[in-house]
Amino acid sequence: MTEKIILAGFGGQGMMLLGKLLAQAAMADGKYVTYFPSYGTEVRGGTAVYYLIISNEEIFSPLIEEADTLIVMNQPSYQKYKDMLKPDGLLVLNSSMIKLNNLSDVKTYQVPATEIASKLGNVLVSNIVMLGAYLAIKKLFSASLILDQLQAMLKGKKGNLLTINKQALDSGMQVIKTIS
Amino acid sequence: MKQLLTGNEAAAEAAIQAGCRYYYGYPITPQNELINYMSVRMPEVGGTFIQAESEIAAISMVHGSAAAGGRAMTSSSSPGISLKQEGISYLAGSELPCVIVNIQRGGPGLGDISASQADYFQAVKGGGHGDYRTIVLAPSSVQEMADLVYDSFDLADKYRNPVMILGDAQIGQLMEPLEFHRKPKKNLPAKNWSLTGAEGRKRNIVKSFYPVKGQLEEFNAHLQKKYKVIEENEVRYEAINIHEADIILVAYGTSARICKEVVKKSQQYEFRVGMIRPITLWPFPKEIIRKVSERVECVLTVEMSAGQMVEDVKLAVEGRCPVHFYGRTGGGVPTSLEIIKKIVEIVPDNRAANTLLQLAEVK
Repeated sequence: MTEKIILAGFGGQGMMLLGKLLAQAAMADGKYVTYFPSYGTEVRGGTAVYYLIISNEEIFSPLIEEADTLIVMNQPSYQKYKDMLKPDGLLVLNSSMIKLNNLSDVKTYQVPATEIASKLGNVLVSNIVMLGAYLAIKKLFSASLILDQLQAMLKGKKGNLLTINKQALDSGMQVIKTIS
Repeated sequence: MKQLLTGNEAAAEAAIQAGCRYYYGYPITPQNELINYMSVRMPEVGGTFIQAESEIAAISMVHGSAAAGGRAMTSSSSPGISLKQEGISYLAGSELPCVIVNIQRGGPGLGDISASQADYFQAVKGGGHGDYRTIVLAPSSVQEMADLVYDSFDLADKYRNPVMILGDAQIGQLMEPLEFHRKPKKNLPAKNWSLTGAEGRKRNIVKSFYPVKGQLEEFNAHLQKKYKVIEENEVRYEAINIHEADIILVAYGTSARICKEVVKKSQQYEFRVGMIRPITLWPFPKEIIRKVSERVECVLTVEMSAGQMVEDVKLAVEGRCPVHFYGRTGGGVPTSLEIIKKIVEIVPDNRAANTLLQLAEVK
C-alpha cells in the first residue's frame, strides 16, 4: 500500500495541519510516512501545497509526480494541481470555493467544507471537515486515531477547540455517507 | 517514542541532546525551523540562544563559546554560510570545536529557496582561506540528520575541529518519523585547553595568528597530521549491492534517496545497479570507490549541482573506469526516471535499467 496525497489550498486554510494529522496518524499506525511542504516565494493568498506519502514500504523521494489523491480547498489550487492527479485518482474538493465546469474521469467528491464549518460556528475548521470526508472515503485509519492526534494537539488553552474539531470531523464523514 | 519532525527541528533537538548549550543564528529560508526550535528549546534547558545581528556575528559568537569550552552551534543556508566563511577559517585555525549546519538552497547569489547541493566545493574544499579542513557530514533522512548532528559534537571535540552538516532544503523541511535513541549528554568532560580563567593553572592560548617566522609552518604541519588521522579513522558511507553491480551510483543526501529508489527497483529485474552513498563528504570515502572501480563497468555520480562531488569521485577512481555525471541545478531535483534514462544511455545493455525504462514508458 502506498498512498500519495497532494494537499493544496491558500495559506490559512489549514492544509498544513490536515496533512500533519494524517501523517501523525500514519506514524502511530506504524506506517512509513514523508510529509513535505513546498512553499514558494509566493504572496499571501497564494497557493500552499503539501506532499504526503503513506506507505507500508520505505519511501525514497518525498516529492509526488503523480498523486493518488488530491485534496483541494480553493479554485486557484484546483487549477494548478488538477493535472497532477493520476487518471483513476481521487479528488476531494471544497465545493464552497471550487466550481467545476465539467466533471473529469477522476472519482470526485464535492464537500461544501467552508459552508459546513461556518454553520458549526468557526470557518477555520473547514480543513477538519475535509479530513473527515477523506477518512470516510479512503478509510486509511479509524477516526479515533485522528481524534487521538487532535486531542494531543489541542491541550491547555486550546482545549476548548476540541469539541468543534470533533464535530467538524464527524460532519465531514457524514457528508460522504449522504453522497454515496 | 517516534516523533514527526522536520529535518531542521531534528537537527536542533539532536544538538540539545548532544549537550549543545550555545546557539547563535540569523534567519534565512529554508532553515528557519531550526532557529525557531532553538529559540524555544534553549531557554528550557538553561542554554543560550541569540538571534544575532548578522551571520558573521553569529559565527563569531560560536568562536567565543567554543573557546570557552562550550558546545556551540550555528546554522544557516547557502548565502548565509558564504558570509560565515571568514569565521570558519578562524575556527579551524584556532582548532575550535563547533557545529555548523548548512541547509543548502539554490545559488549562486541569492538564488532561490529550493533544494540544492551546489555548496559541495565550499563545504569540502574549504570556503575560507588557508590550508584547513572541516569534517562534513551529509544526512539523507530526518532520522540520520538527528544521528549525525548528535555525533558531530563528539567528532568536533575529539579533533578540536569545526564540523559541518551539509543538508538541503528538502532534508531540512521534510517531516519524517524519527526516534532520539541516544542518551542525552550530561556532565561533559572539561576541555583542559579552553579559556576558563587561568587562576591556579598555566594559561591557555587560543589563537590562529603565528607571526614569528617558522611557527605557522609548524602549526600547519600539526593541522595536516590531524587531518590525516581524521581521514584514516572517520570515513563513513553506505554501500548497497556493490558486489553484484556493473554500474555504481555515487550520490549523497537528497540525491542518494532517489538513487536508492533506482537501486531497489532494479533488484527485481536481474539486478546490476549498485550504490555508494558518502555520509562523510570530507573525509571522502575514496578507498571503497577506488576498490569498486576496479571491477565495475562505470560509475555514475548524481548530484543537485552542475558537477562538484564528481571531481572527488574521479580522484578516487583515478581512471580505472569511466565516471559519468547526471545533475540538476537551481532547485531541480532528479527523478528516478531521469537516472534510469541516464543509465540506459551510458550502459545500453544494463538489463535492470532497460526493464525499468520500458515499464516507465508503458505507464
